[in-house]
Amino acid sequence: MNLHEYQAKELFREYEIPVSIGKAVDSPEDAEEAAKSIGGNKWVVKAQVHAGGRGKAGGVKLIDSPKEAHEFANLWLGKNLVTYQTNENGQPVSKILVETCTDIENELYLGAVIDRESQRLIFMASEEGGVNIEEVAEKTPEKIFKAPIDPIKGANQEQAVYLAENLNLSESQTEQFVDLFLKLSKLFLDKDLSLLEINPLVINVDQNLICLDAKINIDSNALYRQEELHQINDESQEDSREVEASKWDLNYVALDGNIGCMVNGAGLAMGTMDIIKLYGGDPANFLDVGGTVDAKRVSEAFKIILSDENVKAVLINIFGGIVRCDVIADGVIEAVSQMEINVPVVVRLEGNQAELGTKKLRESGLNIIGANSLEEAASKVVEVSKGS
Amino acid sequence: MSILIDENTKVICQGFTGSQATQHCEQCIDYGTNLVGGVTPGKGGQTHLDLPVFDSVTEAVQKTEAEASLIFVPARFCKSSILESAEAGIKLIVCITEGIPTIDMIEVKHRCDEMGVRLIGPNCPGIITPGKSKMGIMPASIHMPGKVGVISRSGTLTYEAVKQTTDEGFGQSSCVGIGGDPIPGTSFIDVLEMFEKDDQTEAIVMVGEIGGTAEETAAQYIKDNVSKPVVSYIAGVTAPSGKRMGHAGAIIAGGKGTAEDKFKALESAGVHTVKSPAEIGKGIKELTGW
Repeated sequence: MNLHEYQAKELFREYEIPVSIGKAVDSPEDAEEAAKSIGGNKWVVKAQVHAGGRGKAGGVKLIDSPKEAHEFANLWLGKNLVTYQTNENGQPVSKILVETCTDIENELYLGAVIDRESQRLIFMASEEGGVNIEEVAEKTPEKIFKAPIDPIKGANQEQAVYLAENLNLSESQTEQFVDLFLKLSKLFLDKDLSLLEINPLVINVDQNLICLDAKINIDSNALYRQEELHQINDESQEDSREVEASKWDLNYVALDGNIGCMVNGAGLAMGTMDIIKLYGGDPANFLDVGGTVDAKRVSEAFKIILSDENVKAVLINIFGGIVRCDVIADGVIEAVSQMEINVPVVVRLEGNQAELGTKKLRESGLNIIGANSLEEAASKVVEVSKGS
Repeated sequence: MSILIDENTKVICQGFTGSQATQHCEQCIDYGTNLVGGVTPGKGGQTHLDLPVFDSVTEAVQKTEAEASLIFVPARFCKSSILESAEAGIKLIVCITEGIPTIDMIEVKHRCDEMGVRLIGPNCPGIITPGKSKMGIMPASIHMPGKVGVISRSGTLTYEAVKQTTDEGFGQSSCVGIGGDPIPGTSFIDVLEMFEKDDQTEAIVMVGEIGGTAEETAAQYIKDNVSKPVVSYIAGVTAPSGKRMGHAGAIIAGGKGTAEDKFKALESAGVHTVKSPAEIGKGIKELTGW
């Protein structure tokens, strides 16, 4: 789950991590008012979406008057912002962050992720902060400094000092950096983050460190114990079918093709997409029904798949381990008999109770095409998707 | 021979009396697993599936001399369940549960390593030595004792690979689902090392998927240390890159992690790769000439 910049910065304030004075608003009037109440004569206005690359896309602007805040909000609120990190439709803007303008002397990069390879939380810092950080990492990896955090002992001052030295910080900045680093690592662990990024972390003209941007991603497995954060999730930033799917504990990702897929297990779901492609078809979605699926959820999964108008055929590929194929069959029968389904459905059941499931489908009298192997299922579904 | 478990391995189940655990433990017992009891706090003294229930793993170990534990407890309790087992002297833990917070797993993984405990999973189908013992949720009927070692990050794709090696008549020495989580207890390399040493294993199937660099690291290991033939499939060639937030993920991955990268790394390590999940069995046949 992602946070908006303004939400991430509120968390930073809670942890006394330095950020600019700012206010998130949802109307042009409030934007103008926010600029006035913040004071000064220069502000930054930023469209709030779950994506990077906002600056290059026009979603961030430096302004000289509260009236311009009004204009900016008027331009973006209710519209979609398309950046290189979004799809072609972009992400809807429903909040604008109005902030004081910081006079920047230097831009640094500071990020933290769980590194799969070292199996630790790892902080990364670079003097080359700003929009081209990925290029820096690729071309000159020696300019990115990493500090792994001991999984048992946690973050310590030495790691912070190591990074500060490599960022060429002054003594007083190092002191600030150590404080910032320890608070960020505490925040990361307290709130079950999976990614935290400050780009840029700036040194202002007064030689102080300020987090000018903030990106936070929360581990979705931990939302049960991060109820406050879970509640501020902005669902408008996600595909509506994906949101609906997650309510039923289904893992769905919309794609551009025309063959709807219902599979158990993320690996097999990807494998099924791969084989559809090998047979010349195009998957309309990724859908993993998970390990504890019941008839009701299969039926909901069906509805979500078919809510995509591009779908011309559906492939159900279940290899039962935890999942019982007869339960899947019940769900399919329930869905097919309740809804008007005008596209062919190819079903391949294997594993736990596969024979019983296949028998149920056969005896249901519904128009379901059976397949005995993954190859047969893929070739049949590609064939019927082209025919209808 | 086989790896990790055989018919003599004494196994307990944590979360024993839950419905999922009950269903799968019954199947494990039917298969021949030497299940000696289970743990459900508060239900100690009861009998479940004709086996004793204990309040703690320590008690279960004292009374049954269990060496291995199969975990089905809900995700939020897994950290303490795994650590309880490790501290009680269990040397092999298989955790089926999915959805454990990653931060919990960082600590769990490092503590298990420190204590010399082998953790398989979480979020995995478990392990099986066909014809002898299974600790997991895989459908027993698709397995057959034989000579192929199977390792996979994905549960259901493991079954796919297993079924094909059975259909071809090769069978399996052991099958290990290492799980799809960012921090797995056991890596591809750990299992490759075991299969390389295992006399019964004559060929290896490794099923990976996009994300992380576990397959790339495994490829290097195979090049340097594995003499047995390896067939590999990586799921996710057609998967979209997904919405992105920021750069940190890309920086840490260093441009690695796509299916293409993984296939390339494996091929340059002499691994026989297949592009379709339906061609794993065929791949073994081609590579070994069996």
